[in-house]
Amino acid sequence: MKKRIYSVLVENRAGVLGKVVGLFSRRCFNIDSLVVGETEDPSVSRMTIVSSGDERTIEQIEKQLNKKLDVIKVKTFHEKQCFNRELLLIKVKYNKNNRRDIMEICESMKAEIVDVSKHYMLIELCDTPERINAFMTLFASISIVEVARTGTVALSMCKENED
Amino acid sequence: MNGADAIIKCLEAEKVDVVFGYPGVAICPFYNSILESDIRTILIRTEQNAAHAASGVSRLTGRPGVCAVTSGPGATNVITGIATAFADSIPLICITGQVDSSLLGSDVFQEADITGAVESFVKYSYLVKDVNDIPRIFKEAFHIANTGRKGPVLIDVPIDVQNAQIKQFKYPETISMRTYKPTVKGNAAQIKKVARELAKAKKPIICAGGGVILSEAEDELRMFAEKHGIPVVSTMMGIGSMPTRHPLYFGMVGNNGKAYANRAMNESDLLIMVGARVADRAVSQPDLITRDKVLVHIDVDPAEIGKNAGPTIPLVGDADNIFLDLMKEDFNCEAEELVETLNGYRDTMEKKRTPNPEFVDPAAFITRLSEKMQDNGVYVADVGQNQIWSCGYHVVKNGKFMTSGGMGTMGYSIPAAMGAKVAAPDRQVIAVCGDGSFQMSMMELATMQQHNVPVKIVVLKNNYLGMVRQYQHFTYKDNYSVVDLSGSPDLEKLSAAYGIDFLRLYDMEKCDEVIDAFLKEDKSMILECIIDPMDLV
Repeated sequence: MKKRIYSVLVENRAGVLGKVVGLFSRRCFNIDSLVVGETEDPSVSRMTIVSSGDERTIEQIEKQLNKKLDVIKVKTFHEKQCFNRELLLIKVKYNKNNRRDIMEICESMKAEIVDVSKHYMLIELCDTPERINAFMTLFASISIVEVARTGTVALSMCKENED
Repeated sequence: MNGADAIIKCLEAEKVDVVFGYPGVAICPFYNSILESDIRTILIRTEQNAAHAASGVSRLTGRPGVCAVTSGPGATNVITGIATAFADSIPLICITGQVDSSLLGSDVFQEADITGAVESFVKYSYLVKDVNDIPRIFKEAFHIANTGRKGPVLIDVPIDVQNAQIKQFKYPETISMRTYKPTVKGNAAQIKKVARELAKAKKPIICAGGGVILSEAEDELRMFAEKHGIPVVSTMMGIGSMPTRHPLYFGMVGNNGKAYANRAMNESDLLIMVGARVADRAVSQPDLITRDKVLVHIDVDPAEIGKNAGPTIPLVGDADNIFLDLMKEDFNCEAEELVETLNGYRDTMEKKRTPNPEFVDPAAFITRLSEKMQDNGVYVADVGQNQIWSCGYHVVKNGKFMTSGGMGTMGYSIPAAMGAKVAAPDRQVIAVCGDGSFQMSMMELATMQQHNVPVKIVVLKNNYLGMVRQYQHFTYKDNYSVVDLSGSPDLEKLSAAYGIDFLRLYDMEKCDEVIDAFLKEDKSMILECIIDPMDLV
């Protein structure tokens, strides 16, 4: 299984997300994460889709995406060919015994505590999906209340534009 | 001018001659406006067949056939017809009425999310929300349906949009779609590579799929094959791309095809697969067509290349352009010996049938029928044993062979034949079906009579769903389940009820005489052939 990041420019129209997702489910392609947002041109949205499969599948994903008439452009990346980021929000229940530990973990991972109440803390971390996974494992012994992750967004590295 | 009038103007601009359909309230503005037009309307008896009939029109004219049905059940009934066209890349324009825009999503009477439901069976679909978009949408729809890899396009039009006044009607002359630019011209370097490989090949062969016919490349294929003496086999959808009795044609491949065609393909050292999906029924073991050989895969749809078999040389483009370009290449191909070998295979490997003399032999009957048909006749095979016999024994001269290949939709032949006859009234059009598939579309006998569409229908009657019975014979050791067609109507009485002439053939003795009577006049006729229920394809 190989991991690929598909950066897909699509027409910003009703129903386009459904068509793209439908394509993945109809052809049994995986979706690890999918993020959609408007670009500098309001008529165009960018979808960043992380998927995995064998050689044939990852080629088919690009070809089938290109076949969709609402898709303007597809770029396929290895993880190393692009700069990728994900945002994590994590809410934990703390007590006086682990409060210090949590703050130290956050400091070492450059996470930010963005909201605190008497028993709860809300932490934000923007990093690569791998570092976010690592961050989460550090909370294994702490009681996690809720987690929200955005999924990966990515753009190609600058040197790709120079070529 | 309202939206419905504008739709009719669009159809006129696209030179549409006929619309098959079934009205309901949500499409009534359209059917009201069409009265002012010269476009012919044909009331089909169930919506699925409107799409099949439009498919028949499309396959005869090379332009998208058009059907128009109402919202809700009208729209959902047409889905099987759309999926059938999609599987065989047949261009269609399917117009569906829809409930009032303000009620969309509220589950009112006869509302169905048809654009959502057909998403995986259409090349594209539109839900028209603004009447002023109608000219652009129709222009795009016809372009999308009939270019690149062809296919059905659905346009869903809410009733209030059909009734709304359009500001100004101007049918666009050009299309600007940033997302759709199919590659039709083959890459020059790849074409040179194919020529170099062909010059080296000792056992080259071409496997022609439906794409050859869709791109109207039959002549180019034949000329290219003749120029270099390269033998040709075909998939089911590729039948008719070469005349059956052409000295370079060696039949249909696949698990229902000719053993010698499969052997020829598998033993080749260079295989040109053109306009074919390499799907399971044609190529059950894709490794056999890639191992020890150069596989050239030509298709207008890049996603088909490498989907089921990894090619050595991928070549994206339209088949007729590519054959024309290949003919400009200067190379020699030595395939005379190969043709001799393949002739030997054909002589020794042709399946020996042992027909029961008490019945009509469908194989011999189909060969006789097709020999007696007009040279440019249209033969529409249904689905089941009748289809496999048709593929194996029908002789294409200069005519057309049509069937539902990809989807295998029973009941396709009668409505598709009607569409073909409407599009080409001067040509002989014959639908060949079994007694199962006939009953899936027999309601259309009324349509044929009402609209004077003189289609000839052959029913191979064995009182069984023969293809499934055969499968149960082999797989479940004759443990037959739900394949007995007892209770079927007496076709002689049924024909009389519809006022259609009827003939019956019991065995081969009167075969020629009955076929002559069947083909004599250009009028609707049903010929029932009693075949052995235990016969196998």
